[in-house]
Amino acid sequence: MTAPDLPAALAPDARLPAEPWNDPKATPLIKIRNVIKRFDGFVAVDDVWLDIYKGEFFSLLGPSGCGKTTLLRLLAGFEQPTSGTIEIDGVDMADVPPHRRPVNMMFQSYALFPHMTVEQNVGFGLKQEHVPRREISRRVGEMLELVQLADLGRRRPHQLSGGQKQRVALARALIKRPKLLLLDEPLGALDRRLREQTQFELVNIQETLGLTFIIVTHDQDEAMTVSTRIAIMDRGRTVQVGTPGEIYEYPNSLYVAGFVGDVNVFEGRVVEAGKDHVTVRSPESGCDIYTDRGIDAVPGQEAYAAIRPEKIEIGKAPPADARFNCVTGRVFDIAYLGSLSTYHVRLATGEVVKVSAANRSRLVERPITWEDQVWLWWPPSASVVLLS
Amino acid sequence: MKAGFTPATVLALTCGFAFLYLPILLLVAFSFNESRLVTVWGGFSLKWYGEMLRNRQLMDAAWVTVRIGLVSASLALVLGTLAGVTLARFTRFPGRTVFSGLVFAPLVMPEVITGLSLLLLFVSLDWARGFWTVAVAHTTFASAYVAVIVQSRLLTFDIILEEAAMDLGASPLKTFFVITLPVIAPALVSGWLLAFTLSLDDLVVASFTTGPGATTLPMRIYSQVRLGVTPEINAVSTVLIGFVTLGVITATLIQKRRFADGQKRKA
Amino acid sequence: MSGQPAQTPAPYVSPGPQTTAFEVLERTTSAFSFYGVLARFVQWLERSGRTLVIALPFLWLGLFFLAPFLIVLKLSFSETVLAVPPYAPLVAWLEENGLSYLTVRLNLSNYLLLFEDSLYVRAFLNSLRISAVATFLTLCVALPLANAMSRAPERWRALLLMMVILPFWTSFLIRVYAWIGILKPEGILNAVLIGLGVISEPLTILNTDIAVYIGIVYSYLPFMVLPIYASFEKMDPSLIEAAVDLGSPPIKAFWTITVRIALPGIIAGCLLVFIPAAGEFVIPDLLGGSETLMIGRTLWLEFFNNRDWPLASAVAIVLLAALTVPIVLFQRHQARRGGTDGAS
Repeated sequence: MTAPDLPAALAPDARLPAEPWNDPKATPLIKIRNVIKRFDGFVAVDDVWLDIYKGEFFSLLGPSGCGKTTLLRLLAGFEQPTSGTIEIDGVDMADVPPHRRPVNMMFQSYALFPHMTVEQNVGFGLKQEHVPRREISRRVGEMLELVQLADLGRRRPHQLSGGQKQRVALARALIKRPKLLLLDEPLGALDRRLREQTQFELVNIQETLGLTFIIVTHDQDEAMTVSTRIAIMDRGRTVQVGTPGEIYEYPNSLYVAGFVGDVNVFEGRVVEAGKDHVTVRSPESGCDIYTDRGIDAVPGQEAYAAIRPEKIEIGKAPPADARFNCVTGRVFDIAYLGSLSTYHVRLATGEVVKVSAANRSRLVERPITWEDQVWLWWPPSASVVLLS
Repeated sequence: MKAGFTPATVLALTCGFAFLYLPILLLVAFSFNESRLVTVWGGFSLKWYGEMLRNRQLMDAAWVTVRIGLVSASLALVLGTLAGVTLARFTRFPGRTVFSGLVFAPLVMPEVITGLSLLLLFVSLDWARGFWTVAVAHTTFASAYVAVIVQSRLLTFDIILEEAAMDLGASPLKTFFVITLPVIAPALVSGWLLAFTLSLDDLVVASFTTGPGATTLPMRIYSQVRLGVTPEINAVSTVLIGFVTLGVITATLIQKRRFADGQKRKA
Repeated sequence: MSGQPAQTPAPYVSPGPQTTAFEVLERTTSAFSFYGVLARFVQWLERSGRTLVIALPFLWLGLFFLAPFLIVLKLSFSETVLAVPPYAPLVAWLEENGLSYLTVRLNLSNYLLLFEDSLYVRAFLNSLRISAVATFLTLCVALPLANAMSRAPERWRALLLMMVILPFWTSFLIRVYAWIGILKPEGILNAVLIGLGVISEPLTILNTDIAVYIGIVYSYLPFMVLPIYASFEKMDPSLIEAAVDLGSPPIKAFWTITVRIALPGIIAGCLLVFIPAAGEFVIPDLLGGSETLMIGRTLWLEFFNNRDWPLASAVAIVLLAALTVPIVLFQRHQARRGGTDGAS
């Protein structure tokens, strides 16, 4: 890995272990223990327990109102937990007001001070620490360089575009090199292209400076792109915490499977469960679904088999072995997305299955079309069995 | 609904603004009239302005009025800002309903009642009536106006700005002075100006609460007006109108230039 | 690249126990110096800030706004005497047979007089009538004006708004005075009308109720226009388009959609005009005739001309009681909407 061309002060402090959450000896930077936050009888954060490690880019992902922003505000100190503790770097934050916390936040609305220039905004945090003026202007310069705004230092916020404001907000939150940077929907106000480009820049800056980021987002693509780990939240609880890969491939509930990516779900009963395989009989699909990943279940128990559309093969002829993991039906809709096409297939049972396939050949040569009878099949590794 | 001038809107605007401005324009015009009669144009003259300046009583009253205005507007700015902050920010404290009642009631209270009640207070406290009693009375009702202005500005003020400042290490008090006050400064300027002009205009409350040696300009004007229309009063009025117009326009322009951001968002 | 802490500067100096400017001030100066005292004061402010912020205006308004009403109430039960101040005490210690009694003498004669003498009753009813009619007239003038303003091109609106507010800043007294010159028999209006041949004899407008109506409409118009304009301007213009698209004639759409939605603003405007107009003194005194009895003027006359302070207090209490309902309505409105930005 080549060292990026950066001023010395901005260089990362150390190489961090690759997956600290799998290392039992690692101490987490943030310890959130049994945190509950109630507002007037409404539970915004419900018994959250999280460990976040140094150098992580951690996402809180969930629909609006799931408590993710409240959790962020608890970390920043704008709200006090009703019960539970939050520790940052070994210090209990219970009695530490926001302005004394080693945490900085990038606000969703950016919250740039309208009566100050870009430079004054970025230097604000250092000024509060009584850093000498010359030092402030040097570090502000470096920071503006990093976010590519070096020549806009004298502008006022209302003279900036949305993307520029976003960078100023980022620079302002970064300049104190906080132990923890909180980002509340940092890219929410940007248009799609700028958003994608900025996602990578965020990751770059985070890795370059070796800081710990916690980001709140409702956009699953964004979370998947930037995060080391993701916590999926629902009604104040964390439903699943894991790497993007774990969340996508091995969701632990229908909620998670449905929230991240597209999924086909077949309801049924467990026929047989072993250590390394499960078979689910689903009247909805009309076939038995065999999965090569065991779960803790007893025969007869209600279960759901979830299969991602891109893991299903589609063809006009049945596969060689059609005993398991194979259904048939008619194509009733095709969504052409350029690189992909999504086929909606209605089975004899009435169930609709979505299948996406790469468009390797031109559209005009499309082999499968409306009303075609098709077979769908998938390998045992494609499905997961969920109990809830 | 298209945004644009149609014959109907132009008619409504013309009639409306003619109604608002014609009387004032006529008043100003006749202050330059040579003749004493308001219906007869006797040629352009500045003689009534000369008379005005030679009128000692009028000039003394003007000076008293300006001093009362300065004192009461400044006091009202402090009190009104505190009250406005309380209304906008502290949603729960014992007595909040009473508090908001106390702040809003002076806005609509008939002046005769305010004046009478304050006078009776000063009498029972045995305060010598004069400059200070009028200043206190003006402070009281003017601070209500300031409070409303500050409150409505704070309600549109993004609290996140304060959180951002605290997040970056500024203490709550410092945040108030470094972030909140500068951002709401235009509202404070207009609050002060409003308090000052209210004090400058007031006849009724001042009549009740004043004492010897503190006759204000409106009281002088009133006692002369009761005797009939004189161009000298037109001259005084023109000077007052000129000052206030200039002040308001300047303040508006300053706000527009310095805080184009806020203006744009509002539009 | 192995982690070699020596190569890299300390990344983040823990703010740990961060210091505020004032703590630094305090440490670097002796406790008795000016800055020491100042720093202590600021720290104290920071701790008790909230209480102080609430208490200061609360105390001021309590002393100079609430307490005076209690005194007015008390005085309205007192007797008039020829003395300084011209009223008898309500509560007194009475010495009798070596014992002291606290005596409270409630004198209801002021109120009885108010309700028995038709002069006062008429003055009250007259005030409410004149104020109500004038409020309605103000609304009639304000609605088209506010509507036209809200439909003007956007870059014009700020200017129009300022033009409505500007007269509000100029002296009330002067604006009323301006109308004397226009309305009096030998005034400008009559001169113009006679000059145009519309009338041959001058109209008597000054010193009538009509002059009072004109005065109130003129003086209070900005109070009515501003809240209505604010609600008109906030409204989504496509609402009207939708109504017209669904077959409603534009005039009808204006009443059923625009006015209906702007109702809170209209009510606020009406209250802002009605309440102070009912107690108005300057306008009936300068523009009205001796026949124009309004209660604010009655109070003034009782106080200044007859020096009957207790009776003036009773008038004030009754007026206040009559205005309680609209004032409470207005308070509710203010508390809910967080204030009109009318005056700003």
